[in-house]
Amino acid sequence: MGLAAVAEGDRRWWWNRNVIMVLWMMLSVGFCIGLHCHMRTESLRKAEETLTSMCEERARMLQEQFAVSVNHVHALAILVSTFHYQKNPPALDQVTFANYAARTSFERPLLNGVAYAQRVAHAERELFENQQGWMIKTMKREPSPVQDEYAPVIYSQETISYIEALDMMSGEEDRENILRARATGKAVLTRPFRLLESNHLGVVLTFPVYLSGLPADATAEERVKATAGYLGGAFDVESLVENLLHQLAGNQEIVVTVYDVTNTSEPLTMYGVHLPDGHMSLSHASMLDFGDPLRKHQMKCRYRKKPPVSLSSITTPSGIFVICMLVGYIGYAAWSHYDNVKEDFRKMEELKKQAEAADVAKSQFLATVSHEIRTPMNGVLGMLDMLLDTDLNLTQKDYAQTAQVCGRALISLINEVLDRAKIEAGKLEIESVPFDLRSILDDVISLFSAKSREKGIELAVYVSDRVPTILTGDPGRFRQIITNLVGNSVKFTERGHVFVQVHLAEHVKMVIEAKTGLNGHANEANITSATTVFNTLSGLEVANSRNTCESFKMLLSHGASLSCTFGSGSVPESIADKVTLMVSVEDTGIGIPVHAQDRVFTPFMQADSSTSRNYGGTGIGLSISKCLVELMGGKMNFTSRPHVGSTFTFTAVLQKCGKSSGVDTKRSLSEVLPACFRGMRAILVDRQPVRAAVTKYHLRRLGIITEDVRTINEALYTVSGQNGYLNSSQPGKQQPSIFLIEKDSWDSKVDFHIQNQLLQRKEAGHMQDVPKVVLLLTTESEKTRAGSHADNIIVKPLRASTIATCFQQMLGMGKCQNKDIVDNSASLRGMLDGKNILVVDDNKVNLRVAGAALKKYGAKVECVESGKSALSLLQPAHKFDACFMDVQMPEMDGFEATRQIRIMESKANKEAPPEDGSVMAKRHLPILAMTADVIQATYEECAKCGMDGYVSKPFEEAQLYQAVAKFVVPQQITGSS
Amino acid sequence: MSLMVLREQLNVLVNSMFLEGLLDAQFRQLQMLQDASNPGFVAEVITLFCEDSERMLTELTKLLDQAVVDYQKVDAYVHQLKGSSSSVGAQSVKLSCIQFKQFCEENNKEGCLSELNMVKHQYYSLRSKFETMLQLEQRIQAYDSEQQN
Repeated sequence: MGLAAVAEGDRRWWWNRNVIMVLWMMLSVGFCIGLHCHMRTESLRKAEETLTSMCEERARMLQEQFAVSVNHVHALAILVSTFHYQKNPPALDQVTFANYAARTSFERPLLNGVAYAQRVAHAERELFENQQGWMIKTMKREPSPVQDEYAPVIYSQETISYIEALDMMSGEEDRENILRARATGKAVLTRPFRLLESNHLGVVLTFPVYLSGLPADATAEERVKATAGYLGGAFDVESLVENLLHQLAGNQEIVVTVYDVTNTSEPLTMYGVHLPDGHMSLSHASMLDFGDPLRKHQMKCRYRKKPPVSLSSITTPSGIFVICMLVGYIGYAAWSHYDNVKEDFRKMEELKKQAEAADVAKSQFLATVSHEIRTPMNGVLGMLDMLLDTDLNLTQKDYAQTAQVCGRALISLINEVLDRAKIEAGKLEIESVPFDLRSILDDVISLFSAKSREKGIELAVYVSDRVPTILTGDPGRFRQIITNLVGNSVKFTERGHVFVQVHLAEHVKMVIEAKTGLNGHANEANITSATTVFNTLSGLEVANSRNTCESFKMLLSHGASLSCTFGSGSVPESIADKVTLMVSVEDTGIGIPVHAQDRVFTPFMQADSSTSRNYGGTGIGLSISKCLVELMGGKMNFTSRPHVGSTFTFTAVLQKCGKSSGVDTKRSLSEVLPACFRGMRAILVDRQPVRAAVTKYHLRRLGIITEDVRTINEALYTVSGQNGYLNSSQPGKQQPSIFLIEKDSWDSKVDFHIQNQLLQRKEAGHMQDVPKVVLLLTTESEKTRAGSHADNIIVKPLRASTIATCFQQMLGMGKCQNKDIVDNSASLRGMLDGKNILVVDDNKVNLRVAGAALKKYGAKVECVESGKSALSLLQPAHKFDACFMDVQMPEMDGFEATRQIRIMESKANKEAPPEDGSVMAKRHLPILAMTADVIQATYEECAKCGMDGYVSKPFEEAQLYQAVAKFVVPQQITGSS
Repeated sequence: MSLMVLREQLNVLVNSMFLEGLLDAQFRQLQMLQDASNPGFVAEVITLFCEDSERMLTELTKLLDQAVVDYQKVDAYVHQLKGSSSSVGAQSVKLSCIQFKQFCEENNKEGCLSELNMVKHQYYSLRSKFETMLQLEQRIQAYDSEQQN
């Protein structure tokens, strides 16, 4: 359980838990015992109840039967009195009586016989004896001694005929009975005693017979006087009760005892075995009333066996006990589990904190280290640059170049790692500045031109005309993504092409929908036939052919129908401010193995380890690209088929640039293309429509109107106007001055042929000028094959600027008002020249250095050493154009100072709106933070307190340029440059 | 002729300082900032740096001598020193300062003390080189002015 490891403070809890558990156990044991007892008493009570009811039932029945018998005896008594005494002579004799008694004995089931004894006084004895013919005998069958009176039995039932002539008065019991009976006039019972003959326990019932009707309230003496005889019957209680009990159910279970309890201290057993009291706790006594007020009888019942402990009274509590134990155990287990989980959670929390701290430390470490590495590397690269400018022999130059390439690779790797760290730390921000997408793509292409030429692969860019010229977004990151994708494609492609396309996402969607609706099937058929030359850039199959070849054509036709001339003005404006671009990079390389496709975006994961052996690289690029795409609000996807190629597609959400930016931004952002080719015409000979479209796209950017034809002959017809198609439709049109011919339409025969043809045409006066022939190649090595008849050769990849340079050379135009791209340093000078700049830093050395650096760019610099003095200098209506502010300063730091300045400015704006504030509606001094910790100084933090940006300290030229370019008003550039 | 020798000596000195890691690219920037309109710039900055650094080093020594060290103050001074050293391009001092700052954030007195010694050591070795450098520059300038006269 690992509880031993629980800390000292927790021990009390754990102890408590056991105590609670023990308490619970005791409680449940107690409860179960209680329940058991309760059930026992309950069953006992029930048994008692049944016993009571059974006992009462028996007593009642016995009593009833007894009463019936007594009543009958009473009736007999009346019979005797009626027929023996009131008839004269008596109508009754022994025979009649016996007969009658026997026949009515069913009425007296409890009596085994009845007899009648006549009262005979001593004086009448002799007369009586004579009359009867026998002597009065005592119970012991001896002639009776002299008595006051006698009660000899004269009539008897046959069953007890043996008592005839016996003097009932001679028996102690009977005598007492007789005396009592005649005094009360009621049925009287004897004590139980052993009956004669049967030797059973029994009682004798005696009923007096009176001579004449006595009044109901006669006294005892009157009764005694009127007594004529006694009717008696013996109850054989033992056998009778047995009989009775036999008739009843439940006979086996209970033991019945009948007592005569006239003498309470010494009860006499009438039936059953007398058992001492307390032998068995459970018994019931019912009183019996046999009609004799003097005698009291009682019936006691008890169970024969001790009532068994019922099964349920054991099983139920034990069941409940088991349940309680289970519940307790569950509770206990849950509790300890809870404790464990809590403990684990605490540990996890700790670990998480550690991990997070480690992560932060890692990214900080990475940032620091890569920064530290970058600084010397920049030195190395700069030195190498300088070295390359000096006079070197070839070997030296080669070594230096190699060193430089390696250095660049190292720097880019470091940058990637830093990017990755920054993304992970969430510190990477996407900039939002206007840029020209096309020139960025051209740059990327030119980066890889050497490689693609070397490998002989076709590298091409196509940007849809519907994509605006100037977009707002993060050009650096955009370039990074595309560079990465194109780099990968070029790296893994040995033949065929790498094709970058940019379209508007909604346009692509629309076209694809239309296409799948129209000719989805026909397309599939195309793919299946292996020998087909595919309708792609290089004619090779591509992974995502469905999306590229067919839809590209449709995209082209759509684009053409909607906008014919190149330029931002012709692009149909959509209301939304956002533009979603769909960029796809398609190659015909080795493709990605299916099993590796799901971990393509995992950092440092290449398709397999052999890939990195063959092609090098770290595999971090794709994961960074994906992150960047996601930061730009897009998605990255890919389709890949091994040995066919891969197509990476991503979307990016960019903003349209406002109209206000105008020409200046455009000029400053994009590479300026010469305008001198506008209106020129060219003919392109290309078998591949896709490739032709790419070439046309570049030519269109230069303002050259292009016709494309499939073969050279077609081209010649077009030129000569023999087919008449073009010239007739557009009469007076300028003759094409340039012939562009793709390498696969070219061979030495054609070369010769075309030259001849063109010359012929000229001579024939069909045209004034021989069109120049330009050959388009993919590799440098093909140049030699090309022959001499082409006027010029362009080695792909195509770029608008390359074409422009080539044409300029060829047509001898010279540099037509094409301004050189101003480099950073010069433009910085341009931007900062003559500006009043305030530098705030508490560190004198820093202040001096920063000031000198800014002065170098022509700015007028003023330095102060604290935020407070900066505030006093920056009271409204000051002369400064910008302010560089250190972030960390004693007393008042840069953020606080900026806040104060902004408050002052807004106050001043309210009080006196600036008169000339047409352009800048409000006073707003550009304030740039200076910081040594670039990774910590986030743009947001600066923006929060009103700063316009940040620069690193000491200044880095590029960064300074970027930061300054944001706020310097554009006309300053044109004015100064 | 001796001017050439002096320049050569200066170059060798500066290069050796780069090689030893005492200076970094920022110093080159400084040198580039020095031109005809601003002839004593490097010397000025170096003097400023030395004055500043010495002041701060004595302050730091005082602070760390106390029984209870006020790490915030120490940190502020080290930050200053780091800032000025990076501006001058005094790489070794700067790197020591970064280390120093870390110990300071950890409130590690022993680390701070040893790092202070380190910074001092770096600083003094740098200062002696700077002194030589400044002397050389002065002599060069003296020659320059002589020649101009």
